[in-house]
Amino acid sequence: MRAAVIVFPGSNCDRDLAEALRGAGADVRMVWHKETALPQGLDLVAIPGGFSFGDYLRCGAIAARSPVAAEVVRFAGRGGPVLGICNGFQVLVETGLLPGALMRNAGLKFICRTARLSVQTTDSLFTSGYKPLQDIDIPVAHHDGNYQADEATLDRLEGEGRVAFTYAENLNGSARSIAGILSENRRVLGMMPHPERACDPAHGSTDGAAMFAALAGAMLAA
Amino acid sequence: MKARVTVMLKQGVLDPQGAAIGHALGTLGFEGVETVRQGKVIELELREDDPAKAEAQVTEMCEKLLANTVIESYRVELI
Repeated sequence: MRAAVIVFPGSNCDRDLAEALRGAGADVRMVWHKETALPQGLDLVAIPGGFSFGDYLRCGAIAARSPVAAEVVRFAGRGGPVLGICNGFQVLVETGLLPGALMRNAGLKFICRTARLSVQTTDSLFTSGYKPLQDIDIPVAHHDGNYQADEATLDRLEGEGRVAFTYAENLNGSARSIAGILSENRRVLGMMPHPERACDPAHGSTDGAAMFAALAGAMLAA
Repeated sequence: MKARVTVMLKQGVLDPQGAAIGHALGTLGFEGVETVRQGKVIELELREDDPAKAEAQVTEMCEKLLANTVIESYRVELI
């Protein structure tokens, strides 16, 4: 698997994400936000967590208008798989690749702890390594993870099985406890929790590793 | 020419920061506050002198960057 990890000023989970991908056997390139082309032959673009551009204006808003973002949108438009984690999820909704918005947590506090998630669909490149409704423990670390969309969009996401993960306990006020969603073609995943922080026994959970292993397996099979 | 953009959460979108401000005002004894909504103000200095063109430019800026129209509404004033 050839993967690119996009790096913005203020990204801070980029190396963790690269390590998680390498752990699954990926050849990883780091791509700076000013690049106007992605490496050739990519199987995956991953947008890491952090505070791109200091969360100025809105989380992910400036990053979503950076030169590389236009290339990521083009890559996704060709059916390329894209994974956005935490700030990466915020960037994906700001680009319009995923619907809805991520607002300030309902309790107004930054939440940094391990959250229990429920896997809502195994029908994607990202979630095929889990069992339906499996509980997994994945850390969250965010201030603006409160997923909101209009009722019609939420109904559509649920009806089309595009809610990838929900929180077992709704910790941030997200509509319908949504923690992660898929695009219409199921090849773009945005999620607030950090699977790359649950890949090594020393992390306290290895429940995230199945996502990277499933991605690598899907790319080998392709 | 100067322009001022006011960005607010749309009606019906929950505003936890506004609610927290309202709560704090209540704590300070301001009992007459029904609701509080928090937004942001962005001021721009433009080279454009023609008001209609300036307004069109700033509207495009709002649509493309300054507001997230999924959850926010905006108002453009020339000042």
